[in-house]
Amino acid sequence: MIKYFIFCSFILNSLVGFTQEKSEMKEIHGGTFVPLYGSDSSEVIVAPFLLDVYPVTNKKYKEFVVENEKWRKSKVIQLFADDNYLYKWYSDTEYPKSMLENAPITNISWYAAKAYCAVQGKRLPTMDEWEFVAMASESLANAQTDSVFNQRIIEGYELPKTYAKPVGSTFKNYWGIYDMHGLVWEWTNDFNSVMITGESRQDASSESTLFCGSAAVNATNLMNYAAFMRYAFRGSIKANYNIRTLGFRCASNESEKAD
Amino acid sequence: MKRIIILWLAFLPLVFTISCNSDVTESKSQETYQCPMKCEGDKIYIEEGSCPVCKMDLKPVADAPVLADEISELSIFNLTSNWTDQNNRTIELKELKGDVLVVVMIYTSCKAACPRLVADMRNIRKEVGERDNVNYVLVSIDPKTDTPARLKEFSIENFMDDEHWTFLNGSEENVREFANVLAMKYKSISPLDFSHSNIISVFNVGGELEFQQEGLGVDNKEIVASINKLVK
Repeated sequence: MIKYFIFCSFILNSLVGFTQEKSEMKEIHGGTFVPLYGSDSSEVIVAPFLLDVYPVTNKKYKEFVVENEKWRKSKVIQLFADDNYLYKWYSDTEYPKSMLENAPITNISWYAAKAYCAVQGKRLPTMDEWEFVAMASESLANAQTDSVFNQRIIEGYELPKTYAKPVGSTFKNYWGIYDMHGLVWEWTNDFNSVMITGESRQDASSESTLFCGSAAVNATNLMNYAAFMRYAFRGSIKANYNIRTLGFRCASNESEKAD
Repeated sequence: MKRIIILWLAFLPLVFTISCNSDVTESKSQETYQCPMKCEGDKIYIEEGSCPVCKMDLKPVADAPVLADEISELSIFNLTSNWTDQNNRTIELKELKGDVLVVVMIYTSCKAACPRLVADMRNIRKEVGERDNVNYVLVSIDPKTDTPARLKEFSIENFMDDEHWTFLNGSEENVREFANVLAMKYKSISPLDFSHSNIISVFNVGGELEFQQEGLGVDNKEIVASINKLVK
């Protein structure tokens, strides 16, 4: 009996250790870069910040809904999440065994992702922050001109059901961050700054590059094509959508590092 | 004597466990159960068991969410963010409940689309006529520049200075959230300029989105009709 207890507590400890490791953050030193879709002066400054090493997992999200009733499947209100919220979950706190506990959580809305990060004392990364980290390969902070790296990202978009894989199954980039490409799309805080309505195209001609076919043809490198897909995807979704291939991870400001 | 005390001490925890157990069963008996796959629609069982159709274990039915003041799940009054109006009053959106809301997001230093959006708002009000329970709400997407004082100035400059006009200033976080509720897009493109979608939204008295007019200088007929229908 005692042996059994020791064994159990050992397993439990190792599980707890495992989850802590998974919400680990890495420091992103920041810098400047040229996003596909930027501001007037195309170069954007990214201040130093911290980013989760892995996307949030099913297991971690379950812990969140257990503690925050408001975000349970049966309690969440329509304004914050449509009917596809936690689509595959059997009940408020159970997901099917076919979903790995360390696979990224998907079918969550922007509001839900934002609330999750807030509970952890974090926030969603901005689109510029996310894209800044996403342009790093294993060895370079900026691999935008590395054609092999870019080719790999695009090929990654073609693979089916990558959302079912465990986090950490793709490469670790320059900053020590996993799964920026090849697992799931990710929510960003200001995803709704990508404009695709016809009206905004008329009054904001500088943004039309994003949606006009000629822009893709003129793109300077293949990375722009992958980025184009990401921006177009962001421009097509609404904050209460819950999509099978869309997850998230959290960020926080450098100054809060001591916590 | 000693032996009796020991015996009694030994039983003590047992007594507690028993009483705890009975509590648990009591609360359980009030729960209802349902098939997780809803094989029989919304059929409810009083006891635990398995679904006669798919054989899955029945799950407790969660209580329906209780919403304050009976607003629907789609109401914007579910947002609990705090705002400051042009008169420096702190308000929550639900304080606007009871009026039909005509909402637009702008920034006052805008030289391109916003003046026309603002003009559209004025025209809509003119066409709707003087109605008591319609509130025209302008939310700033540039809260840093558009302080409540600046919004007040703007409202006077633009002859929008009576109780039917509400200008709101909120945190960047709250503005981003509010924009998402309206499915409105915006982006800062330089320190002073934003690009944004031109949408005027109409909410019914319960805060549910009823109509959206997209674009600049479009015919206001439809939006006016939708407001009039809601005011009755």
